[in-house]
Amino acid sequence: MIAPEVQVCPAGVPLPYRVVGHAIEAPDVATIALEPVGTALPPFAPGQFAMVYAFGVGDIPVSVCGIEGRRLTHTIRTVGAISGALHQVRTDEMVGVRGPFGTGWELPAATGQDVLVVAGGIGMAPLRPVVLAALAAPERYRRLNVLIGARTPRDLLYTQETANWQAAGAQVLVTVDRPDAEWTGDVGVVTTLLERAAFDPHETAAFVCGPEVMIRATARDLVHRGLAPDRIRVSLERTMHCGTGHCGHCQLGPLLLCRDGPVVDWFRAQPLLGVREL
Amino acid sequence: MNDAHERAEKAGTTVGHGFLGALSPGHRERLLSFSRETSFPAGTRIFDEDGPADRFWILRCGHVALDVHDPGRGAVVVETLGEGELLGWSWLFEPHRWHLGATTRDLVEAYEFDARQMRAAITEDPAFGLAVTQCVASVAIGRRLRACRIRLLDLYGPPGTGAATHGGDAS
Repeated sequence: MIAPEVQVCPAGVPLPYRVVGHAIEAPDVATIALEPVGTALPPFAPGQFAMVYAFGVGDIPVSVCGIEGRRLTHTIRTVGAISGALHQVRTDEMVGVRGPFGTGWELPAATGQDVLVVAGGIGMAPLRPVVLAALAAPERYRRLNVLIGARTPRDLLYTQETANWQAAGAQVLVTVDRPDAEWTGDVGVVTTLLERAAFDPHETAAFVCGPEVMIRATARDLVHRGLAPDRIRVSLERTMHCGTGHCGHCQLGPLLLCRDGPVVDWFRAQPLLGVREL
Repeated sequence: MNDAHERAEKAGTTVGHGFLGALSPGHRERLLSFSRETSFPAGTRIFDEDGPADRFWILRCGHVALDVHDPGRGAVVVETLGEGELLGWSWLFEPHRWHLGATTRDLVEAYEFDARQMRAAITEDPAFGLAVTQCVASVAIGRRLRACRIRLLDLYGPPGTGAATHGGDAS
């Protein structure tokens, strides 16, 4: 039975959501928390995304980085006009939201295995629900490794929270490409952290999100270490527009990533990403 | 059980896929037979750029920062190494001088090797020498070169085109 407040609505119609929280994560990155004004969208799964509409400007696809009941949380990096408008929304302002769209991370498939999360830059946002879900069910998973890479220390997301993840039992390794004078942590790309992560390649499920080059490098390294390609799930990006598999903007070979992605396994993704300009 | 065998067993369990993990058990044990265990307190300067590369280390725990001296900026950290990783490969190639400087970030425990002794062992035993050289080339130099090239791309900088489901747009 569907609860009255979780009614299914047409995917093409944005529902009004109120901004109930706003936090600056980094100079060009903000996290906004949204709650429905009336009817809520159907529940989101980690890895899925919403089309978030800045009224009068336009909408963009944004993965969920937090799902708490009816509340959705999105971390948005300012890149263009729409993300810039969403970056500047304040508490009590309204945005439109469509969704949920696309495939999820499917963390439960990792039951009984080591969980390896590899995030680069803003790619930490879609992976945050995976980390939270794994920490919430420690009896279900073995070791949890969270490897995080960012451009500079100022670009790291959820810094307080990641310290808590470590305290809760995860092995959290963080590295930056460009350290500042105060940085005392690791320096280098996130793939270098694989050397130090404690996981059994034959009993591990990996979840990878970040720039495509970083995804390819990470997945290649993991396969070299013995992970089966279908145990590596990656979140891919292409220009998304309708979110419903109709417009074709997000086509990647036989896949429409807004519908068949953004999360796909490496067995499926690798041959497609090997085709130039596909 | 001899010292080298004991170290090989210990290393095999603590450094599953580090530098030692890339060697066969026999070569790992032989390599460790040339080692001695050592430690450095946090903040120790292990070697300086252009100094003689007369030793090298495999880190058992702790972190080491590699740096380049840039006048006006001081020692600029370009990379860090951690558990299981090889510290130093300049000992293997002429002119046997360090290209970077190295300072410990925290307490470091490591296996230390004498470079001259290792070069002699590599020359005397071609199979062992090939295994060690391949390991240095593949695990240390190759991986670090690939990582360095990826950093050159500045992947986390502002993207050029394409809407991003991860939380941005290009409008």
